[in-house]
Amino acid sequence: MNRELILKIKEDFANDIISFVEDRDMPVFVIRREALLRFVTFLKECAEVKMEQVTDITAVDWFKKREERFEVVYHFYSYTFNHRLRLKVNLFENDAKVPTITEIFSGANWFERECYDMYGIIFLNHPDLRRILLYPEFVGHPLRKDYPIDKRQPLVKLRRPEESRERP
Amino acid sequence: MGDEELLKGAVITSRLDESIKFFDKLLNWARKYSLFQYPFATACCAMEYMTTMGPRYDLGRFGAEVPRFSPRQSDLLWVVGTVSHKLAPVLLRVYEQMCEPKWVISYGVCASSGGFYNNYATVQGIDCIIPVDIYIPGCPPRPEQVLDALMLLQKKIDCEKADWRFSRKKRDE
Repeated sequence: MNRELILKIKEDFANDIISFVEDRDMPVFVIRREALLRFVTFLKECAEVKMEQVTDITAVDWFKKREERFEVVYHFYSYTFNHRLRLKVNLFENDAKVPTITEIFSGANWFERECYDMYGIIFLNHPDLRRILLYPEFVGHPLRKDYPIDKRQPLVKLRRPEESRERP
Repeated sequence: MGDEELLKGAVITSRLDESIKFFDKLLNWARKYSLFQYPFATACCAMEYMTTMGPRYDLGRFGAEVPRFSPRQSDLLWVVGTVSHKLAPVLLRVYEQMCEPKWVISYGVCASSGGFYNNYATVQGIDCIIPVDIYIPGCPPRPEQVLDALMLLQKKIDCEKADWRFSRKKRDE
């Protein structure tokens, strides 16, 4: 992404961008949650940015390290211009909800389900927010830092207990 | 030499015992060289399993020639790779669908102990779910190890006692 384009985005969304870093691989925008849908729509429809693909959606759990515990991370890619962009939204633990971008990028559907499965972040208005990798009987979200590392939730009756091996 | 000294250490067998032994041997010989396998291949170990099945190492030399993809037609279950808690009911079901006699080989460290996956998703060894006859270590195991495991299993089958109907009658008496 060239400098002029980044400056243009920063000007257009001056009130919504919380911080900006030009990371070594791509520009990183941290944005307010309320502006997310507007920003993503802009990324897709602006003729100079033209993000055609959402490469990945994931989250980071800053347990006990930040006041805003969760950080949802979006990656976008443009085939036309061969440039990328990273987008972050910070969330509080008691309000870990973010609007879905499925209506803009339909490929986000399964990413958001995975993010919900692993971190328990609610994507509002998602068409089908179920677990995608784990089984429906699973309780909790395993990639949260406060999920007990030794906790197992077997589906069948075990013949012997699954003792956890000691770590050196 | 007295009679007592002569009989020391000897095992007195009847004709029935002898014939049971003979038929056991015959049956075990037939079983150990015609193992029909069910490859429950879930992870990268499956590649090594294919190598072992292929012409270079040729598992067919040991009588384990045909993989059967129906549990009802097979008597040797290879659990090849990581088994997660989500998959555990499937594995149990496959095992229960197999007809007796049946044997299980746990192929690679993931199946045997969970390997380096010690987390919420992975079963820490398939012997939590089903009984296992032979464990093969290695990540993945060398084909030689697999052949060794198969030969060990054949030895184990060779020592097995079949449940003959007349022997059961004898036991009940």
